[in-house]
Amino acid sequence: MPAISIAKAPQPASTNPAQIRNFCIIAHIDHGKSTLADRMLQITEVVEARLMRAQYLDRMDIERERGITIKSQAVRLPWKSGIDGQEYILNMIDTPGHVDFTYEVSRSLAACEGAVLLVDCAQGIEAQTLANLYLAMENNLTIIPVLNKIDLPNAQPDKFAAELAGLIGCKVEEVLRVSGKTGDGVAELLDQIVAQIPAPVGDPEAPARALIFDSVYDAYRGVVTYVRVVDGHLSPREQIQMFSTGVKHEALEIGVISPEPLPSKGLGVGEVGYLITGVKDVRQSRVGDTITNYARPTKEALGGYKDPKPMVFSGLFPLDGADFPVLRDALEKLQLNDAALVYEPESSAALGFGFRCGFLGLLHMEIVRERLEREAKLNLISTAPNVVYRVTMEDGKEIIVTNPSEFPEGKVNNVKEPIVKSTILAPSEFIGTIMELCQERRGVMLGMDYISEDRVEIRYTLPLAEIVFDFFDQLKSRTRGYASLDYEEMGDEEGNLVKVDILLQGEAVDAFSAIVHRDKAYSYGVMMTGKLRELIPRQQFEVPIQAAIGSRIIARESIRAIRKDVLAKCYGGDISRKRKLLEKQKEGKKRMKMVGRVEVPQEAFVAALATDADIEKIKAARKLEN
Amino acid sequence: MFSYYVHIPYCVRRCGYCDFNTYTPSELQDGATLEIVSADYIDAVLRELETTPTDEVSTIFFGGGTPSLIPPKDLGRVLTAIRNRNGITEDCEITLEANPDSVTQEKLDGYIAAGFNRISFGMQSNKEHVLKVLDRTHNPENVRKAVDMARVAGFPSISVDLIYGAPGESLSDWASTVKEALSLDIDHISAYALIVEEGTKLAAQIKRGELTMPDDDLMADMYLLVDQQCLQKGLKWYELSNWSKPGHQCRHNISYWKSKNWWGLGPGAHSHIDQKRFWNVKHPNAYKERVFAGQSPIKDSEILTDEQKKAEYIMLAIRMPQGVRKAALTVAQFERTMEYITSGHVIELPDAIALTPKGRLIADRLTQAMLG
Repeated sequence: MPAISIAKAPQPASTNPAQIRNFCIIAHIDHGKSTLADRMLQITEVVEARLMRAQYLDRMDIERERGITIKSQAVRLPWKSGIDGQEYILNMIDTPGHVDFTYEVSRSLAACEGAVLLVDCAQGIEAQTLANLYLAMENNLTIIPVLNKIDLPNAQPDKFAAELAGLIGCKVEEVLRVSGKTGDGVAELLDQIVAQIPAPVGDPEAPARALIFDSVYDAYRGVVTYVRVVDGHLSPREQIQMFSTGVKHEALEIGVISPEPLPSKGLGVGEVGYLITGVKDVRQSRVGDTITNYARPTKEALGGYKDPKPMVFSGLFPLDGADFPVLRDALEKLQLNDAALVYEPESSAALGFGFRCGFLGLLHMEIVRERLEREAKLNLISTAPNVVYRVTMEDGKEIIVTNPSEFPEGKVNNVKEPIVKSTILAPSEFIGTIMELCQERRGVMLGMDYISEDRVEIRYTLPLAEIVFDFFDQLKSRTRGYASLDYEEMGDEEGNLVKVDILLQGEAVDAFSAIVHRDKAYSYGVMMTGKLRELIPRQQFEVPIQAAIGSRIIARESIRAIRKDVLAKCYGGDISRKRKLLEKQKEGKKRMKMVGRVEVPQEAFVAALATDADIEKIKAARKLEN
Repeated sequence: MFSYYVHIPYCVRRCGYCDFNTYTPSELQDGATLEIVSADYIDAVLRELETTPTDEVSTIFFGGGTPSLIPPKDLGRVLTAIRNRNGITEDCEITLEANPDSVTQEKLDGYIAAGFNRISFGMQSNKEHVLKVLDRTHNPENVRKAVDMARVAGFPSISVDLIYGAPGESLSDWASTVKEALSLDIDHISAYALIVEEGTKLAAQIKRGELTMPDDDLMADMYLLVDQQCLQKGLKWYELSNWSKPGHQCRHNISYWKSKNWWGLGPGAHSHIDQKRFWNVKHPNAYKERVFAGQSPIKDSEILTDEQKKAEYIMLAIRMPQGVRKAALTVAQFERTMEYITSGHVIELPDAIALTPKGRLIADRLTQAMLG
């Protein structure tokens, strides 16, 4: 029996580093990482069979429902090797699997000596997994290639084993095959982790250096910080210091996750665990920072610390203006657990009071919005997401624009926008389609390689703004879901960019302004004016809808004046009915926003700003109501 | 001033667009005839009458349903009872709604003998395809015959009801209907835009995509057409959907729009007395049961707040040429009408505001705007 009881296993703070193996699992969202982790919890007997539940480590509801893991955790698993019969401690560090969280992934990887590359053997490797694999290889991690879901009828283990072997330069036979569902091959995988991944190395006598690879806010305990000790030792009740800020805290509790928090006497070299200091805000315990002893601080921080930098901005407004304070409180609360979320108040003539929020990327944005709506029971409108522009005026002044309405009026010398290097993996039959899409989106091709006989890796530079628009949806729909995408920042580049305003009866509606490439200004104008013509009800006068760059009109539609709005019949019994209808309409009027003299129902704003995916959501909700 | 509305909740068959409170004999009782289901109906109405005020009556209106399905002597019992109980004014207007198919010369003579002096025929259209969509049974030629017979019988005021905007009806179809109606040399026309009421056969057909409603612009043109044609023939609008020769306005309906007092007799009938509106139980059987058990048939009531009363005043007065008295509007309400004056929907009279023809077409929007 290779499992060891926790009581008998080597104890935290006194485990010999040679007995420790730190690893993470690199996998795409639905390639079965959580199921494999469940099996590992079971086979090492850290979770009793009767307490086992699916996706055990994914605590938040939102994670369980969407099948993704936002916050990583580290689980301490005792294991007796089936190869040498020795006892080991395996620390499994869970990693997020999405492009928005690349930095968090890189810190998780930095806490490990090895990585399990887990790939669904019915689908093959995905772009984000490939990107994370490269990241792991750059960090000199030992890679153990594993094909999952070998129990599936449409599994193609031979094909994808060859693909993985080609990517990491190993033999096809060295690619392990497991089924997270049935547990097949999982014990062998644990043995290989012990055999292949090097033990951590550090100086137990040096001043403590521990890497923060995650930081989570808990309503009862405050911030829980996950660390990997590199040198020295962390003990409870001792004073610790954050290297980047110099702020001192007391380590109130130190422990390991097994997989419930288990306080310990401390953490030594190579160990992974958590610590609680009583701080209430994750920004005081930042991922990537180094923790050291206050009394005997280290002189040198562990490398790679970065401040999270928001890449995508969007305005969030409550549908009901009275909910503004609720939104403010909810954002404050969320920020306790999300160091990457930034926001500031914004007021829009069309949408009222809300917040301009900055996110790491689109998924981050979606998750934040969904959590706000779910946890604070808010109904929100979000404006179209945009990137950060650097506008240089003719007088040399530089303006940072995170909101189209801040785009300067005067003489602009140039506008720079963020550019990303993107990697797309797809079956080779879609090469043409993908190139066409990238070309439409101002992409510049960098290269293309076959990663197996019928799968290619295509590399493009693309303006981030194009990706933020609806690139991912388009890529998925044009490749029937087979293509995957990853991208990384590549700095700023000058673009021929203009601000397009949408005017209702001559008045610009701030929520609809957009910064777009000059070549696309016309199509944006036509699309938006057309959409609004359908959405805004007829008024008693004609309403021109125009799209304009500065004072130049580039597209025009008009809503004809309403000609009939009367109930023809109004006799005895109709009178009460009609008066009640009027009273009801009066209520409905409160949800109207005035743009100049034009009454615009809030639904029109929502629908005009909604993406296709949003519209599907709205339709689905309506269907439920009916 | 006091009026009675008498509801006759029976029809031979239900028209596809109709959501009125009316029933066919077989809906009420399997295999029954009209005579069976309506046998004691007039008795019930007379019982309810006993519970009503005794003010002298200036208008009586028999609506439905199809009142002309009930023989003159039965409707006559109601008129006699009112005469004996309340007394009626010398010029009391007594209207009968009639289906052109269900009248004969003899019957019409009978209604005159019973005391009726105004008749309103449901003509709706002279186009067969329009009548078919509306699910009406009558032969368009019967309208002319019915009007002629009514004239022979001696009705001093004759009206026809028209409906426009049925699916498939063109502007020229409508022009033809209006021309035909006006050629009858009648005294009064009511013309209603078709309203698709939920739960009707027509609504279902539209929902299934079998029929398509004409757009609002066509409806607006149809309205302007009938307004113009009537004016040329000497019929002037006195309410949004009603035109008449001088002296032939329906005084009964005006009492609704001026919020006078009236009592509605019969199932589902609405009443208005002072600041109270109330209405009877809807189903004829429930109505009869209650009345014969000596219980009140009133189902529910509401007492209007002053604010609601003012809102009703604006909502109703704006539908008539005299318009809304400025004195009845708050400063804010008056100011909100200003832009409609600019846009040509409203005209300012010395002490009132009233609607222009294009303003009449958006009366509800204007009412809403005024009420704020």
